[in-house]
Amino acid sequence: MSAAATADYEMVVGLEVHVQLKTRTKAFCACSADFGAPPNTNVCPVCLALPGALPVLNRHAVELALRAALALECKVNETSVFARKNYFYPDLPKGYQISQYDRPLAEKGWLTIGELDEHTPVRVGITRVHMEEDAGKSVHDRYPGATAIDLNRAGVPLIEIVSEPDMRSAAEAGAYLRLLKQILSYAGVSDVSMEEGSLRVDANVSARIRGTTKLGTKTEVKNMNSFSAVERALDSEFARQVELLRGGGTVQQQTMLWHGTKGETRPSRSKEESHDYRYFPEPDLPPLVLDMEWVGRVGREIPELPDARRKRMAEEFKLSAADAELLTASAGMSEYFEAVARASLDPKAALNWVMGEVSAAINAAGVTIDQFAVRPADLGELLRMVRDDVLSHTAAKRVFARMVETGKPPAQVAAEEGLQKIGDDSALVGWIDEVLRENPAEATRYRNGETKLQGVLVGLVMKKSKGRADPRKVNQLLPERARS
Amino acid sequence: MKPPPRAPDLARKLLAQPLTECVACVREGGALPSDLVSAAFDRADDVGAGRESLNIFLATDRVRATESAKELTALIGRAEAPGNLAGAPVAVKDNIATLHMPTTCGSKVLEGYVSPYEATVVRRLRANGAVIIGKTNMDEFAMGSSTENSAYGPTRNPVDIRRVPGGSSGGSAAAVAAGIVRLALGSETGGSVRQPASFCGIVGVKPTYGRVSRYGLVAFGSSLDQVGVLGRSVEDTAIGLEVIAGCDQLDSTSADVPVPRYELEKNARLDGLVIGKPKEYYPEGLDPRVAERCERALDAFRELGAEVRDVSLPHTSYSIPVYYVVAPAEASSNLARFDGVRYGLRVASESGLTGMYEATRARGFGPEVTRRVMLGTYVLSAGYYDAYYKKAQSVRTLIAQDFRDVFLSGVDVLFTPTTPTPAFELGAVKDPYEMYLSDIFTASANLAGVPAISVPIGTASGLPIGGQIIAGHFEESAMFRAAFGLERALAGKALPGEGSA
Amino acid sequence: MAVTREDVVKVAKLANIAIDDARLDALARELSTILGHMEELAQVDTERVLPAEGLSSGGQRLRADHGPADPLFNAPATFAPEMRDGFLIVPRLATHEGSPERSP
Ligand SMILES: [Mg+2]
Ligand SMILES: [Zn+2]
Repeated sequence: MSAAATADYEMVVGLEVHVQLKTRTKAFCACSADFGAPPNTNVCPVCLALPGALPVLNRHAVELALRAALALECKVNETSVFARKNYFYPDLPKGYQISQYDRPLAEKGWLTIGELDEHTPVRVGITRVHMEEDAGKSVHDRYPGATAIDLNRAGVPLIEIVSEPDMRSAAEAGAYLRLLKQILSYAGVSDVSMEEGSLRVDANVSARIRGTTKLGTKTEVKNMNSFSAVERALDSEFARQVELLRGGGTVQQQTMLWHGTKGETRPSRSKEESHDYRYFPEPDLPPLVLDMEWVGRVGREIPELPDARRKRMAEEFKLSAADAELLTASAGMSEYFEAVARASLDPKAALNWVMGEVSAAINAAGVTIDQFAVRPADLGELLRMVRDDVLSHTAAKRVFARMVETGKPPAQVAAEEGLQKIGDDSALVGWIDEVLRENPAEATRYRNGETKLQGVLVGLVMKKSKGRADPRKVNQLLPERARS
Repeated sequence: MKPPPRAPDLARKLLAQPLTECVACVREGGALPSDLVSAAFDRADDVGAGRESLNIFLATDRVRATESAKELTALIGRAEAPGNLAGAPVAVKDNIATLHMPTTCGSKVLEGYVSPYEATVVRRLRANGAVIIGKTNMDEFAMGSSTENSAYGPTRNPVDIRRVPGGSSGGSAAAVAAGIVRLALGSETGGSVRQPASFCGIVGVKPTYGRVSRYGLVAFGSSLDQVGVLGRSVEDTAIGLEVIAGCDQLDSTSADVPVPRYELEKNARLDGLVIGKPKEYYPEGLDPRVAERCERALDAFRELGAEVRDVSLPHTSYSIPVYYVVAPAEASSNLARFDGVRYGLRVASESGLTGMYEATRARGFGPEVTRRVMLGTYVLSAGYYDAYYKKAQSVRTLIAQDFRDVFLSGVDVLFTPTTPTPAFELGAVKDPYEMYLSDIFTASANLAGVPAISVPIGTASGLPIGGQIIAGHFEESAMFRAAFGLERALAGKALPGEGSA
Repeated sequence: MAVTREDVVKVAKLANIAIDDARLDALARELSTILGHMEELAQVDTERVLPAEGLSSGGQRLRADHGPADPLFNAPATFAPEMRDGFLIVPRLATHEGSPERSP
């Protein structure tokens, strides 16, 4: 369906985002929360739901959840209550998920999207942020007729961030997700990677005639594996709903699954009647009563958020608005830049290098900035060497390339490769004398006072030294060598 | 001069002595733990603990028990203090996780399941020198008051083999009553330690909720469950509770409250103690034999210098309805993990995963467990939650408030009958709700979370009758003080017509 | 509130327990009788009473974010009904054939 065909309808979107908290151990047991281990090896009586085992909540998970809630301007509830969400699924070992229901950790926050482009900013309400645990992993396509279960992830701590239905287009939903991801990453709450499953998005979407205020019947769209898939799924589901409504039909409240390859949403076949979750307060966990002083401390210690960093960096490092925006898109990149800028004492060079060489190198290597072989202190030193004339710009690029490969510090690479500028008189004198001998005509004219030839002769020396000669010294030495 | 007794004879005698004497003898090298283990197993054979008769144990492991006993002997030899239960044979209810022996909860769904970890209470027993000799029979998942609901057949009452031992900790109560062990662990959700203690003529303690770790106790009603202790005497249970009590980092509901030495509460007199007699626990229709024994116990309290005061706990009559909403609701969720995926029974089915779930749980659960899981699922389901679960939890608040009020009014402990009747015959109670009424005097303590103990207060036609002492939260000391006094005062004071059982 | 045969069917589905047809009516009756005894709770005024949410007060103790976890003395393979290559194996849920690898 074309955009024109839906023009008289308005999309209404709210998002539910599950984010895995960056803890060492699981939410309710001390098993490692790392993934990548052989199946069912990061398990214990608690996360296997063995008879008799009991949950004990991870303090750091609470701290990270609080950070997220506070970064999203939420009101933290001094007392929140864990509840059991009961349903059967083979990767849900206890037969219930420990979650929060009618008394969540935090409520009533917001974030603002569209501040940086030409659109009017949109304030998207955050209904709630609550804590819960993840299920395990079901693999359906490994064995015929069977599902394979790995419980390594079962019990890993999550927060669920539920937004108000405040978004009006797929693009707004995309902007919300990108900003949310940026904030959570800055706050150090999560790795927020959809590929690695540490961020997952479900969307509630409905359609209504433009200008009306009553919400239409919504569907829940699941199974999107990237932000752009979310945007495409929303557009597709919206178009489906509009077509239904236009034909005089009604939208059924149901769960839709996004089929990326087909580019369409389809009703989930899981039975709706089984969705009576029978929530009740988790009797194994007393209410979570927070020391509000601690909450305050957690709030004060939240790392700088994107907005603040953008403003500070623009001012401190004299960056243009566009450069600041580009740099702070990723928390890791901006932290890297800042470290290089400080180490090199040359923010301008740091900016050029980080946006240029560094970006290109991490893209080529397919790594994140945290995994990048060249540590910011080393890059800073490299830039300092250029500034101090120890390295020429050309040589610096060659040193950097070796640093990317080896992770070695710049001085060591330069020495090993013999790329450091040579200021040693005897070597310079040798090259100068050779140049004067090999170019007798120019040498004579220079001796006779044609000083503009100085540049030509220095250039020839540089060439002979393969760029290693220190040009300042060559300039000093040339007149006296010519006279001798 | 008489020759010193042969070690096995000594061990047999020790088994009938108070725990302190038994343990002292072991520590001084007078008796070997392995002899005590042998004596316990011999006694089990003598009394007919086996399946065809009393059916007390679901598993025993004589070889391993003997091995642990020998390890203990080595520790004693090296003077590494083996603790307050050194060498004592102990039986553990089958819903408490132990290594090596199965933990089945009396259910087919866990037939043959051996826990790969051990309950905190079992670790503490071992650390204090106890030797676990077996796992005791119980109502399936502790749902029952007679031990007739075990998937492995009922346990019988050693006092009268035609009668039930009570339940759900019937096997543990029978093991103590039959003289096989001095001490056994049971568990309580609505009276499952006190009621069988009362039926079997022994002492049973339910501690304050949070006093003892639940880690490794297979959950039935999580907000009600506590591990309890069954023993021959108040002193034995006090020693047992001291060993297993205390905060546990693996149980978020275990309380960080210091554990006193309960044994020190032994006093000749109870001067100054105020004992409440709550009228709701002495209804019109109370079995006159039970009522009479209770009055005698109250007289004994008065003689010891205690004041007996009439009090009221007005919401008592709601205990059973509240209990039978809250416990099944929690159970329906707690038992969801028995799905055939990770451990225990799996019954294959033509119809995929759902078929496997349904067949496994249909075959794995007995009728009472099925009934309660259904009941619990129903009261939590959409549309019924407020009317049942939320309502029950609100009334529960009022029941707990009753206790708080009465203890704030200056009453130290309450004294009530433990059960409305003595032990009934196997198969005598057929209606589920009638069976639920066995817990009528005990469930309130679980709902309020307060500690309570059942002490033998006499017999009727040879059948034991128990009296219950209830104290305020973490006031086990007061509870034990009253219980010690009562036990001593009643010792050897048989009423005419009580018989000699 | 009488529990109907249909209620029993619905609850059995939620609880994932197969109930023989022959047992449905009896179970409906038993549950009705038991729930009938619960009706008296309606008489209690609980307007201004908070439901008891567990009885332990003072909030929740939190755990430090480090291991080790309580160990397993035997690996899952020793007690699991079916395992392959370290995975727990279950029959595939018919309604989830080809659907995403996530629970609801
Ligand atoms: Mg969720
Ligand atoms: Zn674990």
